[in-house]
Formats: sequence, structure tokens, C-alpha cells
Amino acid sequence: MAKITYREALNQAMCEEMLRDDRVFLMGEEVAEYNGAYKVSQGMLKKFGAKRVIDTPITELGFAGLGVGAAMAGLRPIIEFMTWNFALLALDQIVNAAAKMKYMSGGQYNCPLVFRGAGGAAARVGAQHSQSLENWMANIPGLKVVMPSNAADAKGLLKASIRDNDTVIFIENEINYGDIGDVPDGEYIIPLGRAEIKRAGTDVTLIAHSRMTGYALLAAEELAKQGIDAEVVDPRTIRPLDETTILNSVAKTNRAVVVEEGWRFAGIGAEISARIMEKGFDDLDAPVIRVTGKDVPMPYAANLEKLALPSVAEVVEAARSVCYRN
Amino acid sequence: MPIDVLMTQLSPTMIEGKVARWLKKEGDVLESGDVMVEIETDKATMEMEVVDEGVLHRIIAHEGETIAVGAAIGVIAEDGETVADDYKPSAMAVSMSTKEHAVTNEMPAVSEQEVSTTTTTETSNNLQQITRDNRRIKATPLARRLANARGISLPALQGSGPAGRIIKADVERALKRGIRLSQHADVHKLAAPRPAPTGVLPYHEDEFERVENSMMRKAIARRLCESKQQVPHFYLNIDAHMDRLMDLRAQLNEAAAGEFKLSVNDFIIKAAAKALVDVPAANASWTDQHTLIHKHAHISVAVAIDGGLITPVVRFAEQKGLLDISADVRELAKRARAGELKPEEYSGGTFSVSNLGMFGIPSFAAIVNPPEGAILAVGATEPRVVVVDGAMVVQKMMTITLSCDHRVVDGAIGAQLLASLKKHLECPAGLLI
Repeated sequence: MAKITYREALNQAMCEEMLRDDRVFLMGEEVAEYNGAYKVSQGMLKKFGAKRVIDTPITELGFAGLGVGAAMAGLRPIIEFMTWNFALLALDQIVNAAAKMKYMSGGQYNCPLVFRGAGGAAARVGAQHSQSLENWMANIPGLKVVMPSNAADAKGLLKASIRDNDTVIFIENEINYGDIGDVPDGEYIIPLGRAEIKRAGTDVTLIAHSRMTGYALLAAEELAKQGIDAEVVDPRTIRPLDETTILNSVAKTNRAVVVEEGWRFAGIGAEISARIMEKGFDDLDAPVIRVTGKDVPMPYAANLEKLALPSVAEVVEAARSVCYRN
Repeated sequence: MPIDVLMTQLSPTMIEGKVARWLKKEGDVLESGDVMVEIETDKATMEMEVVDEGVLHRIIAHEGETIAVGAAIGVIAEDGETVADDYKPSAMAVSMSTKEHAVTNEMPAVSEQEVSTTTTTETSNNLQQITRDNRRIKATPLARRLANARGISLPALQGSGPAGRIIKADVERALKRGIRLSQHADVHKLAAPRPAPTGVLPYHEDEFERVENSMMRKAIARRLCESKQQVPHFYLNIDAHMDRLMDLRAQLNEAAAGEFKLSVNDFIIKAAAKALVDVPAANASWTDQHTLIHKHAHISVAVAIDGGLITPVVRFAEQKGLLDISADVRELAKRARAGELKPEEYSGGTFSVSNLGMFGIPSFAAIVNPPEGAILAVGATEPRVVVVDGAMVVQKMMTITLSCDHRVVDGAIGAQLLASLKKHLECPAGLLI
């Protein structure tokens, strides 16, 4: 086990896969000379040269399209969006090209491509730069959506994503980049589509992904002090969703709270709670409750930003309410 | 809509409750958790708390009145609601049907509830319907599932969740307290606590035939499971010397010259009736509050029929002669096989006789047929080597086995009954008097 940051774990994953397979390359804004806007690609230009670590102009639609073409031609591109907010400019390539290539070519073309970058709110970067758009991506058949919540998962899931033959939307979290965690040494791969129980418990299931997993774990600690034993499930892969792990947990605890940073309407929490209702109805002893970001553009003011995001206290409150403890 | 306050089942055996004291008056505001009324159950005086908030509009059951579980004792008006003067809680009807049902349950005879009685089934359906229509019960899916599996009646529970929602904890609390739905809810649920295995069967589909379970088959399964699971059985057996009885029977049948033909079973029914008169304590039924000591020997006779069995009753067997008993049995068995028995003909027995002697079965133990207190299993009469006055001789012997409901028939009582039976069988001329 090595103690490294989430950022270093991503860097290791890319470097290891680029060493292993010379078809893999990284392309995006500031990834080469500047070592990445968030320093995820630190040292990679030096290590692999300008042919495999490529700076692009500020043209998201353009370089996303280059990535799709390269993938169709047999390479395995990693396309970095500085943040997923900017990927909105590339949606046509992501949704209409990458996601549908295999289908529309009748299986003649795979599109083994990783679109990666930071999602979610950072700190005071305003309404346009603080969005969680994983539900947009997860809504599209043909895309896989992966969101690691810690360093080990970041490494294991990114390696699996690069090796996957389909297009993977890999959403990191800017606040998590500096988090230090234990990462297993050597080849470490986490298969896509597997949730993980981050904390075992018996009284309520907290389902949370990305940065919210950390919140759920903090909430679980607080709940433990109040005599509620919470289980924390991190789906890790949003699509395909590991509903078995979620349903098994709910069958055990009979209660669920879904936590997500993004907006409530048609969010990931809506999807997960619907599935629990559809397939785990008879296990429920309380309605499934969602804790989500507030239904507003992200305020710039720090105090309001804090209120607009989910908080540990809100998770605790929601868990208490489904346990009929308030 | 006005909310009816129903008599809640506050103890496992409670089928009715007496209103001991109202702590709220008509017009009082009711807040969740307030004690509304004290109810005297069969065990203790207990408090009934407010579940549905509002204003106590009307008190229906006044202090001192005894009301069946599930019946309305009062009416709550929701905030700001005006209740029509002629408003009648539909749970009034429940009261009656509950009572009726409770009574049938207390003294039912054998197959009365199951084989036919549309009345009972209808009653319980009505009960459910009314409860459902009248007051939707809020319960979580899990609580419903648990309650269903354990045979707990949801209306008997008080929900502790928001707006009186019944949650898992309420069901678990009820289980701990021992509240079980016995009298007034779906009998089927109680009788089948463990569902038959579903899913993949360990047999190939083409290697067996599926026979639809008839109502009678299901009733037998339900009743016998209920008996074996709830009635504490014990078994006693005794051997009777049958030479004299067989001889007497042969003589009587010969003298009848075809006019009638007495069976061994006729003698056994008569002997059992006499024994029950000798030992009245063995002619008993358990109910939750009382032990019923029956004054007459109404003897249920197990008759095998197509697809199952039924137990028509020879009434007042202690007052009947052998000929009458024989004629009764013959007629009842004939009509049983033709499916023509009326419910009253197979209900109300106080003791059962089951005979497999004709199949050569030497002895067996039968399952008590509730609410009867005991059942006699009769084996074959066969020549056996026995010791008489220190010497081995061959005599006609018969083994009879008594299965007793230990709640009402203790070992000594059962033994006395068997001893008396043996005496009557071995001195059969007494049966003619």
C-alpha cells in the first residue's frame, strides 16, 4: 500500500496504461506543457513525449471529435476536459458520435475512449463551473459513467476505463484531487459496474458517490454516536449501476438515503430511489429519501455556496428521519 | 372524513374489551400519544393511545360496555370537520361480524370453517373489506410483509411512524408482546406461517402430475397444521381383549338375519361414548378463557372420502343404542361420500374416533381435531400371543391410541378414559344396556 493523492493515483493509472499499451494517449487543454490544469498529468509530457501527451486549443468539440476519430481508427484516447462544465461544448461528439458509434456502424467500430475531467462544485467558481452533470451522461445508452470517491478507486477504475472497449465518462472531483489515500501496489484494477460497501451497518443504507461518499462516511460516524448504524454504499460506476449491492443492502437495513451533489430533478438519486422502490419495495420500512444539491444555480458567495450544497448535517437528518428518530 | 376509533387488540387472546374509563370527553382535542381510553382486556386494564389526531366527536361505547375487537368505540372528527348527525361508523358492522366469527372460532367443529361454510369466509372477507374501505391502514411495505408472514392483523397494531404509519418496529413490538391474529382476521394467513416451497422444484416436470389442491385438501392441510403446531399433543395407548366383543357382534349379526349388520366401529363408538360419560373431564374443549366440559358425547367419525376425509358427527352417542349408532354412521358415511353432508352434520363434535383397523394397521396416533380435546385411533383386531394367568394364549387383541390436547386433558384423565374404554370393550354386554 502506498499513501498517495487522488491526483497521483489518476496519474499513475494513465502512466501505467500508456506504458502497457502504446495506443493509449492523452489529449486536452493544458495537459502537456502546463502539466494539467489540476496537475493530474504532472510529468507525463516528459515521460511520453509530445506525440502521446497533446495540448489542444480551447475547442472542446474539436478535440472530442479527434478523440472519437482516433478511437475508431484503433487508438485508445484519453480526452481530458478541464472540467465537465466545458464538456457541454463537446456534447454532440459525446452523445451523437461516441455513444452511438458501435450501434450505428452495426458493430463495425468500437469507440474505446475515456472522456475524463473534474465534475461537481469546487470552491467559489460560480454557477457555470460548479455543476454535477453525471445524470446527463448516465441518461445516454452507449455511455458508461464512472465516478471514483477515493484515491484507490480513482486508480483502479481509471485503468479499467482505459481498457474498456466502450466510451467511458470518467468524472473526477476537484475537491478530492488532494485527498490522500491508501492505494494497493502493483497492478490494481477495479471492474466497472461494481459498487462497494464503504462502511458496513445495519440500520440505514446511505448511497453516495464521488465527493458525497466522504460526506456519507462522516454522517455515518455522527449517526453511530446517536445509536444508528449506517451502511455506506458507493456505486462507483453510475452506469451500469450495481443495483444488486444496493438492493442487498436495503434488504438488510430496510431504509435508504441517496446523497448526490447534483440537482434533485431527474438526478442519480431519483434513478436509484426508483429502482429501490421497483425492486426492493417489500424491504422498505420507510420512504427512500434524497439529499441533493439545492435547485438553484450555484451562488458565488461562500456562505450561500455552502448552503446550496448537501451537508453532512443534512445526511444525518435524513438518516434519522427514515429511522423514525426525529 | 370522520375517523372511527376501533377497539384494538391489546393482548394476544383478546377478542373483546370492556371500556373501563374514558380519559377524553366528547369535544376534547386529541393529540397523538395522549391516552384516550382505558380498556379492560381479559388480562389487564390497558391504555389506548391516540393515533389519529382530531377532536373526539362522539363516544359510542360508554364505560362498562364490552365491545368486540375491531368494532367502533368512538368517532374522531378531523380538524375543522363537521360530522353529519347521522354518521354511522361502518365498523359497527365489523363488531357484529367479529363477534360471529369469534364465536364460530371458539366452538367450531371440525371442518366447519373450511370445507364449505361460505358464511365464515364471507364474514372474514367483509371484515377486511370494511376495514379497508373505512380506514386505510398506513403501513410500510416491510411492515405489511412482516405482519402478513407472522399472521398479525394490521388493524390490531398502533403505528408509531408519521401519521400513525405502522413500521417494522411496531410489528416487532407486537411480536414481542405476543399479539397474534387469531380470532378475527384471515385464518389462512395464520394457518400457513411457512409458505410451501416455491421456485425450482427438485423434480423434473415430466415426472410428476400436478393435482390442483381442492378446498377440502387446503382445509385439511390448514387445520391439521394448526392443530399440530398449536395443540400440545401427547399419546396414550392400551390393548383390549376383543374375543368377547367379536363373539357378541357375531351373535347379534347372526340374530339380525340380515336386518342389520353391526361393525366393530359401532361398538367402539358406543364404548367411547360410555367412557366419556364415566370420565367427563376427557370430554373437553380448550378456549382462551374457559375449558368447556361437554355434557354429551358427540362423536366425530373420520370417514375417508374421495380426495380427503371428513368427520361427520354421531350426536348424543351416549344416549343412543348400538343400532341407532350403526344406522347413523351408515347414513352419514353414505352422504359424506356423496358430498351431501350439511355443515351442521360435520360440526360440533366433542371427541373423534378414527379407525384404520380394516387396513390391518396395528396401531397409530391421530391428530387432535380442534376444538375437541382428544381423538381415539383404532387399530386392527388381530390374534396375538398374550399372557393370561401366566400362560401364553392366542387371543384377539386391539390396540387403541388416544391423542390428547394437554391443555385440557392431562395424562391421568386420558389414562382413566382409556381404562374405562378397555373395560367397556372387554365386557361388551354392558354396551347393549
